[in-house]
Amino acid sequence: MAGTVSTLAHVARHRQRRSLGDPRWVRVALIGAALLFVALFLVVPLAAVFVEALRKGLGPYFAAFADKDAQAAIRLTFLAAGVAVPLNLVFGVAAAWAVAKFEFRGKALLVSLIELPFAVSPVISGLVYVLLFGAQGWFGPYLGAGDHPWLGAWLNARDIQILFAVPGIVLATVFVTFPFVARELIPLMQAQGKEEELAALTLGASGWQTFWRVTVPNIKWGLFYGVVLCNARAMGEFGAVSVVSGHIRGQTNTIPLHVEILYNEYNIQAAFAVASLLTLLALVTLVLKNIVEWRHRRAIEAAAAADLRQYAQ
Amino acid sequence: MSIEVRNLSKHFGAFTALANVSLKVGTGRLTALLGPSGSGKTTLLRIIAGLEFPDTGDDREAGRVLFHGEDVSDVPAGQRGVGFVFQHYALFKHMSVFDNIAFGLTVRPRKSRPSRAEIAERVHELLRLVQLENLGQRLPDQLSGGQRQRVALARALAMQPKVLLLDEPFGALDAQVRKEMRSWLRSLHEKLHVTTVFVTHDQEEALELADEVVVMNNARIEQVGGPQEVYDRPVSPFVIEFLGNVNRLAAGSGKLHSPGSDVLYVRPHDVDIQRGAAGAHALRARVLHVFSAGSYGSVTLERIDTGEHFEAEIARDRLRDLDLKQGDDVNVVFRHVRLFPRGQFTEADVRDGRLSEAPPPGTPPAHGAGEHI
Repeated sequence: MAGTVSTLAHVARHRQRRSLGDPRWVRVALIGAALLFVALFLVVPLAAVFVEALRKGLGPYFAAFADKDAQAAIRLTFLAAGVAVPLNLVFGVAAAWAVAKFEFRGKALLVSLIELPFAVSPVISGLVYVLLFGAQGWFGPYLGAGDHPWLGAWLNARDIQILFAVPGIVLATVFVTFPFVARELIPLMQAQGKEEELAALTLGASGWQTFWRVTVPNIKWGLFYGVVLCNARAMGEFGAVSVVSGHIRGQTNTIPLHVEILYNEYNIQAAFAVASLLTLLALVTLVLKNIVEWRHRRAIEAAAAADLRQYAQ
Repeated sequence: MSIEVRNLSKHFGAFTALANVSLKVGTGRLTALLGPSGSGKTTLLRIIAGLEFPDTGDDREAGRVLFHGEDVSDVPAGQRGVGFVFQHYALFKHMSVFDNIAFGLTVRPRKSRPSRAEIAERVHELLRLVQLENLGQRLPDQLSGGQRQRVALARALAMQPKVLLLDEPFGALDAQVRKEMRSWLRSLHEKLHVTTVFVTHDQEEALELADEVVVMNNARIEQVGGPQEVYDRPVSPFVIEFLGNVNRLAAGSGKLHSPGSDVLYVRPHDVDIQRGAAGAHALRARVLHVFSAGSYGSVTLERIDTGEHFEAEIARDRLRDLDLKQGDDVNVVFRHVRLFPRGQFTEADVRDGRLSEAPPPGTPPAHGAGEHI
């Protein structure tokens, strides 16, 4: 009996698929066009990076990383990301929490402000820091007696240099990667609502306990995804960092800036070798993202399967 | 534990959710807050739980919540000793059923936290109580609606609350499960005798389940009373229209006449149909439709004088004797009618119970019909 039913269902599904589907040539054309586009604009450039990097063999490839300036650039990139990602993680969770769980005046404005770094060209973001901390800037650190000398004087007295130094690069990176975590979490937390948190509250949990035991487990995959994206951008940022860096070799060059310098010196192979590092980072990011999404889908499917079992009983 | 709220008001922007509401709920009672959506019942429940706070006015005595005579208005939700069951259960999705139920015990400060073994024992006891013994390791997503609801209930009961509050406890369940859960909750209440308040918009649910029904409308309480009382002696047009089926007929024109009121309410089961010729005082009606299923038949009638349609519920035997056909003209007798005075009700009328105790007598509006026969 059950066999008959499933056969009928199979036939019905088959028929439905045929009547709903597009003609074969349309499908082939569409898929072909999409594949061609992906190949031209994504796969070929990606392959080109590795082909160019390995053109002279493995020896010169690794030699590009043995260079002192290259290592300094890698260290600086990791430092900038190492500061920017945790900062924006904490900030992003706090902002998403505030936006998703509370009602207050100016909420829409706050959301717009969080997205501001996405809307502004990174070069402008960098220029803003030059305007603030540069020699003729508002906080004019070198003059000590500019138009607004107080902060400049304070920084100067402690011999802290912002622009054309590591702090400027970190600041610019933080600014540019500001929205990633918050943007990932806000829609997620809004969709989840605050009922579970309220339930925890009525059960006597403190705010801290509620956050760690109820909120964090619910947002962990979204949070992870946001952090991965934030990190990729922090390491890959060029525009804003380029403006504030000053391109001092071995001191204020990040990986993307180092690649540019090598390229401008016609050291194409080394440029691509260092660039392949960033490309690998992008690939790892993609794989991580897919694992996260796959796990998420699995969880949903498991739940749906459990529901089906329930009905079958 | 008795509950009392005094002069609660609550606004959400321009919307008034509660307007000066006062209420007392007796210890160990099962009370229903009944009303249409937007009537303020859920807001009232959430204020009792401490999840929402009433507007603070100039009057320091206004907007107070008392448990057993003790002011808990400033006590946080977690310390009120209240078990709250949310409409969509709000189970912790990432925790097993066991961990959900244990949550309230495991978040206690170390000093008052029971040992692991004690917690496990308590959770198993609760799982038995809600008949989910074997499902402790499941995730909430792997449960049916009725099972989730029982987990939510067990979770709320784990901290041995003195007050149990349920927001639309059966709202998300399908009709069959809803019926089962209703009688199950009733028997659970008989067993535990925890003071319980639940919110519902389903009058049948409220009347069947509750010891006491609080009818709410438009941010106010319309009537408080036992199920029988609010059904038989409604104090306002809203209550009679909201609780059960009722016919609303013009009383100022045609054969029905009453000096104090424009409208007359009569329940379908208080309408009787008689064969015979038209008398001078009789209310005449034409049969539009006869539907007979179950122990009662339902007849749709049209008043000859005004053309209004109304329903009558007639016992099956009597319906057979009458042998009604579509288009027959018949005499109609109202065994019991309800009149409300013309014009707006003042709050004082409702509060003082003047309306419920002495409905305006008015002249008998129809042949043979008065307040009581």
